[in-house]
Amino acid sequence: MANPLRAEVVQLYKTLLFLGREYPKGADYFRDRLRAAFAKNKDVSDPEKIKELISRGEFVVKELEALYYLRKYRALKKRYYETQ
Amino acid sequence: MSARVLVGVKRVIDYAVKIRVKPDHTGVVTDGVKHSMNPFCEIAVEEAVKLKEKKFVKEVVAVSCGPQQVQETIRTALAMGADRGIHVEVSGKDYETLGPLQVSKILAALAKKEQADLIILGKQAIDDDCNQTGQMTAALLDWPQGTFASEVNIEADMLKVVREVDGGLETIKIKLPAVVTADLRLNTPRYATLPNIMKAKKKKIANVKPADLGVDMSSRLEVLKNIEEADAGGAVQTNTEGLSSLVMEQTLRPVKSGSAPSPIQTRPM
Repeated sequence: MANPLRAEVVQLYKTLLFLGREYPKGADYFRDRLRAAFAKNKDVSDPEKIKELISRGEFVVKELEALYYLRKYRALKKRYYETQ
Repeated sequence: MSARVLVGVKRVIDYAVKIRVKPDHTGVVTDGVKHSMNPFCEIAVEEAVKLKEKKFVKEVVAVSCGPQQVQETIRTALAMGADRGIHVEVSGKDYETLGPLQVSKILAALAKKEQADLIILGKQAIDDDCNQTGQMTAALLDWPQGTFASEVNIEADMLKVVREVDGGLETIKIKLPAVVTADLRLNTPRYATLPNIMKAKKKKIANVKPADLGVDMSSRLEVLKNIEEADAGGAVQTNTEGLSSLVMEQTLRPVKSGSAPSPIQTRPM
């Protein structure tokens, strides 16, 4: 089995779960979608395919971080700086 | 450079939470409400860590004042890259009356004790919107200040600060040691990811009491009433008899009253 990759996948799952706590639509909504997404791919055994899925997951991590940052930036900009 | 940076971080109610005023108008509901690091403090921590990564600064120390819970905020700062933390224990009545005057006295005492060369703070907290702590700290230490910083560069032993002011940007050069307060566009704070949080658990947080620093925590302010924004009329009545010479008359940057500063044209967002 792809044992070293298993640790990476678990790490990715934990990271996404941690990030999902702040998800605008709710942590539960995010957790359900996360579990469904991981469960859908649980039978993949080709290491190359697994690596590709992991990098897709890492892309989602970056997207989430950007989402949270933009949300916060826009909220603060609206609150503290007058828009023309 | 062997510079040491002190970064002040404040634990506030999360920016996305809808604030509710207590029924007896004595304050805001904080029990069970999500708290996090003040967004401007995050920007301050990020700037300090960036300076360390550029090797301008050797050590970043995160400081927070408050009860046990502020340790979470210090841990977030450590996860973002601060080297160690200092928790100034303030609880109970002292915490309720904790404001910029007391915090700036604490920061000034700590800056001397830790021999800090630079203090970076957020420009204001999103809960009290005081915008005073940085300025007061600089005055107490008799250090120059670069407030509302949207860009900070170290050149030899001087600091070049670009400030966001009404009507544009102002560039100043100030000598170190100095106090800088971070404005929104200074940088993009990094997210404290899970592996970094785990690593941060090994970093030390020291415990200090205000009395150890010789700081008087008594407040000269009394909160009379808190009401919902819709009902607010807004009135300032000054009674200057009790104020000592140390309290600066600060013109607060207007934030919610509709006379906010004009935006900087060059920014994309």
